[in-house]
Amino acid sequence: MAEKIIYAMYDDDDVLKDGAKKLVAKGVKVSEVFSPFPIHGIDPIIGVQNTRLGIMAFLYAITGTMLATIAMRYFMITDWPMNIGGKPNNTYLDNILAFIPVTFEFTVLCAAHGMALTYFLRNKILPGLPASNPDPRTTDDRFVMEFRMSENSNFTEEELTSLIQTTGYVELDQKEVK
Amino acid sequence: MHKEAAIREPLILGHKTYTDITADVCKPIEDKAPKMWYVLFSIALIIGLYGVGCIAYLIGTGIGVWGLNKTIGWAWDITNFVWWVGIGHAGTLISAVLLLFRQKWRMAINRSAEAMTIFAVFMAGIFPLIHMGRLWLAYWVVPLPNQFGSLWVNFNSPLLWDVFAISTYLSVSVVFWYIGLIPDFATLRDRVKRPIPKKMYSILSFGWSGRAKNWNRFEMVSLILAGLATPLVFSVHSIVSFDFATSVIPGWHTTIFPPYFVAGAVFSGFAMVQTLMLVMRKAMRLEAYIHTRHVEYMNIVIMVTGSIVGTAYITELFISWYSGVEYEAYAFINRFSGPYWWAYWSMMTCNVISPQLMWIRPLRRSLLFTFIISIVVNIGMWFERYVIIVSSIHRDYLPSSWSMHYPSHIDLGVYVGTIGLFFVFFLLFARFFPVLPIAELKTILKSSGESYKNATDTHGHDGHADDNHNTNNH
Repeated sequence: MAEKIIYAMYDDDDVLKDGAKKLVAKGVKVSEVFSPFPIHGIDPIIGVQNTRLGIMAFLYAITGTMLATIAMRYFMITDWPMNIGGKPNNTYLDNILAFIPVTFEFTVLCAAHGMALTYFLRNKILPGLPASNPDPRTTDDRFVMEFRMSENSNFTEEELTSLIQTTGYVELDQKEVK
Repeated sequence: MHKEAAIREPLILGHKTYTDITADVCKPIEDKAPKMWYVLFSIALIIGLYGVGCIAYLIGTGIGVWGLNKTIGWAWDITNFVWWVGIGHAGTLISAVLLLFRQKWRMAINRSAEAMTIFAVFMAGIFPLIHMGRLWLAYWVVPLPNQFGSLWVNFNSPLLWDVFAISTYLSVSVVFWYIGLIPDFATLRDRVKRPIPKKMYSILSFGWSGRAKNWNRFEMVSLILAGLATPLVFSVHSIVSFDFATSVIPGWHTTIFPPYFVAGAVFSGFAMVQTLMLVMRKAMRLEAYIHTRHVEYMNIVIMVTGSIVGTAYITELFISWYSGVEYEAYAFINRFSGPYWWAYWSMMTCNVISPQLMWIRPLRRSLLFTFIISIVVNIGMWFERYVIIVSSIHRDYLPSSWSMHYPSHIDLGVYVGTIGLFFVFFLLFARFFPVLPIAELKTILKSSGESYKNATDTHGHDGHADDNHNTNNH
């Protein structure tokens, strides 16, 4: 079934935010907001949950810490214990100070790259993927709110449009998608 | 929106709108490159290729072509390495530490400072690689299962820590830089008309669309990467200093090295940023975004870190006497009065005296003066490494093996070549990449833009008080 999408374009982030507040208060569901930069405070208005990437970063970080510890313990203690300048090598703990720099670096390495990859995948951004912003100006100075009729079944198209009309948009556009 | 005191100087001068910011940053990319760009690029390329030639000769012949001898087994290679890594510290410091401290002025310089960082770390990486002599065995520094009785790399050695530190630093810096670049590449993708650049920027922008959730994740990733990169910046140069500090050579065996090297790195990195930015803002007409105020902030950083470095020099000198170890004392007496006195005193003049001039407000706000000092500082910081490395080892415990270091033309060629290559990369960056973070600058336009600030002055309050500020702008 074809779905109708309405795009309301604004030329100011604060106008869009006030508009979104007003519409959401009336029960309209704002499906998406496209903007050239982060609009602070828009997320809770349109119901975007805060990202859990921070938790993922922590998990990647402790993975790195563990990998580095296990690997260095194997290399330096179990597999081929080396006596370097009389530094103790009986147990990992004896010589742990020497292993801290690499543990730290590897932790950061895993956390940063793991998180970056997750970020790319979750955002569905990868080299060569097509852009999906409704108007090229949304990466310059225009801000667009997207309304899907399927998510706003309480309203008819006319009702929704007339509500949007009160928010000070600069352009209104609509599109049918399959 | 974050409020900023009206008496604070605006960070974006003039009456800019969102689209002006886009246009100003994209203009140099969309216009034809000026003649000067081609001239500079050709010069840099010739010097860079000469350096590549020297490296090829070095690899083919062996590192005997360097001016090293049996007393001085480390000289220009490690000096240049430490110098470049030091320069490569400003970018991530600016973007990570200043992001955590919510310093908005970083937005004028972070993109190009990060680019500079990455290119400087590339240049730094060349030296440890080529000093191995047999470059094709460079992978031996990685702990790989092998046929030598499964002998592993030595995890007790700071030289191996360096391998991990530098490669982590480089790759994390690249990721940090690129994640910030993606939305700006999207801006370029949606702007350029010619098909080939459009295709290029479309690939580079990864299909970024600027959805609310994307931005939410963007801010979280930036914040966490900044949090990770901040200790990383400090760890990298600390580890570089361990290369010396964990040895038993008088003059190297110093516990003050880690903080002293980190301060020195920030000092030289900011100086390099100043050198590049002062030229770039003029050449690319970005005076509204990078202006006296930014230069002044950077000069204050230079002044503070320069003072830390100066304190470290004097502390080192004092401790060498106070320790009562005659070898330690001799290393320092030899530094300032031995055959390398000229290097020591160049270092002292460039790094201790010149940053102190920044206490004078008109001087630190003078662009010409800043430009001169920035170059002086980088010369001084090169001498610092040379003094620490060569003057500590050229007179060892056995006077019969005392020696001097004379760089060969290959030493010189490789060093000058890396400067050439660095500028090749930087000029390419300035030509094809957005040199200012377009998206981030737009977020501060209303709070720190000149025309908006003046408007808020008269109307008091702009009526868009943001209740969610405290919880949701991270």
